[in-house]
Amino acid sequence: MNFRLIVHIARTLLLARVGQTLVAAIGVTFSIAMFITLLSFMTGLNDMLDSLILNRTPHVRLYNEIKPSENQPVNMAPEFKDSYNFIYSVKASTSRQEIYNSGPIMQAVKTDDRVLGVAPKIMAQVFFNEGTLDITGSIHGIDVEAESNLFFFQDYVTTGKAMDAKNVANSIILGKGLADILLAEVGDVVQVTTAQGERFPLKVVGFFQSGIQEIDRVQSYASIGTVQKLLGKSNSYITDIQVKLKDVNMAPAVAKEYAQLFQIDAEDIQTANSQFETGSNIRTLISYSVGITLLVVAGFGIYNILNMMIYEKMDSIAILKATGFSGRDVNRIFLVIALSIGFFGGMTGLLVGFIFSSIIDQIPFNTDALPTVKTYPINYSAAFYFIGSTFSLVTTYLAGFFPARKASKVDPVEIIRGK
Amino acid sequence: MSEIILEARHINKCFHDPVTVQVLRDITFTVDKGEFVSVIGKSGCGKSTLLYILSTMDTDYEGELLIDKELMTNKREIELARIRNEKIGFVFQFHYLLNEFTVLQNVMLPGLKLKKLPQEEVEHRAMERLKMLGIDHLASKIAYKISGGEKQRVAIARALINDPHIVMGDEPTGNLDIRNSEMVFDIFKELAEVHNQTLLIVTHDQSFAERTQRIIEMEDGRIISG
Repeated sequence: MNFRLIVHIARTLLLARVGQTLVAAIGVTFSIAMFITLLSFMTGLNDMLDSLILNRTPHVRLYNEIKPSENQPVNMAPEFKDSYNFIYSVKASTSRQEIYNSGPIMQAVKTDDRVLGVAPKIMAQVFFNEGTLDITGSIHGIDVEAESNLFFFQDYVTTGKAMDAKNVANSIILGKGLADILLAEVGDVVQVTTAQGERFPLKVVGFFQSGIQEIDRVQSYASIGTVQKLLGKSNSYITDIQVKLKDVNMAPAVAKEYAQLFQIDAEDIQTANSQFETGSNIRTLISYSVGITLLVVAGFGIYNILNMMIYEKMDSIAILKATGFSGRDVNRIFLVIALSIGFFGGMTGLLVGFIFSSIIDQIPFNTDALPTVKTYPINYSAAFYFIGSTFSLVTTYLAGFFPARKASKVDPVEIIRGK
Repeated sequence: MSEIILEARHINKCFHDPVTVQVLRDITFTVDKGEFVSVIGKSGCGKSTLLYILSTMDTDYEGELLIDKELMTNKREIELARIRNEKIGFVFQFHYLLNEFTVLQNVMLPGLKLKKLPQEEVEHRAMERLKMLGIDHLASKIAYKISGGEKQRVAIARALINDPHIVMGDEPTGNLDIRNSEMVFDIFKELAEVHNQTLLIVTHDQSFAERTQRIIEMEDGRIISG
């Protein structure tokens, strides 16, 4: 109706009690600031922990699993087709971890629109020889460039250069934990014995640190060529094809499709790492519930202050009504008061929240487990700011709703008479 | 025959809390345009209660009330608020200004609410009325910083801002010293005589009432004379 007048009255009432208004607004500011800070920090941590595993895990992994054949020869023979065959002591065949036709498969996968990139890989089980000790470990033969592009390999190489694994012949990048056991430095030569009994000297060109100690103690990386040589295989020998998709949510469907298309085992990231999803979901849930609790508490603060304000302003409400303001106008005046506390408190809260998160972002956070992280991680997602501002308005509206309704029902006669 | 501004027809009112007491019994009277009427009676005779009913703020009564020949009874709250805004001006015993606003803003508020005139025009009219009452120098002061007599004059200015059909007063001089009471009475008198303003003032001040054009005397919820 007469919105400007209502805003004018609301503003005058608010400014008449600056202290009280500030207390209410600071409540909102504080809760929104904490909401933003908490969520930014928690989500930052979540993302970091997830990326620890998920960044380096292929969305779909194609490989040959060692397992007994499902179609034993006797079942395929036509003369025993109608009989029931009992087969004892079935074994996995001596088989081949190698992926047949790896070249054409990689070509085919690369041309798929849904695929971001493909990286081949060989896994080799070896012993590292240190004096009289044999330490078990595995060497991953990788295409260093593809691995760096898709799985951020270079980020985890803390000493030396990732590309040296490709550029230096017969070289290896040791896990930090393993290097500590072997007392190896960059430039040293380590002795490696393959499962077949062949012995090889490999030159250490760097260390890598994944952030997961267990992996760092057993895993090492070398170029694909080096590992092929180690195993005495041809240069088409590949045991894993790692696929990174554009949309990670497509992984289960794509894995299923490839398994059928290429007659191969395919594992998707969701199946391989389901526990991470659950963990981060629950952490997010906790942060949201804490944040929302803060806002609700602030809402009650506003409710109290507005209620008090209405008792104080009974006379003013009565006079407004006597001079022709309707209950609806009075109701609106108090809602505008509540919403402007929410709006300005909330806006300041967003700003303060941003400042807090920036400060946390500057705090050094050095841990051996996380070589790439130097300061506490923060996620500056706009979504938090949007949720925060929406929620501050909604809570203050609800907090103002009942006091405003009460104010609109004030009977001026009772007030004027009561004097 | 002059124009009737306010008409009450058989108004009855009871209080139910804690026991039912009838405070107004069959009140019937009219006020013509330009009349300066005072309602007198002892404390508890129902004169204030009657005023609140006439002012449309109290809607819990039996009978009919007409303002400007329009039936007020059973109208919705929002319509009554508009009628109060446009057609009725109020002056109370305890001045009842909005303490958070300046004197000028206090006077302007009902005018801004009515929204018939632009803000500048409302401000101009408010200043005119303040000048008329000799308090234009207080315009920019905050309402609670001025004296009681001044407050009452501001309240009168506010009551006049929308050129109401009728100004109602509930003991407007009850809380003032003699000098200020005189001043308020002179203002009312001038309004009635010079500006032909209709006034309905509830008072228990006999000397005040005697100088008005018409006295309605109440006793036990009834009009006994006038």
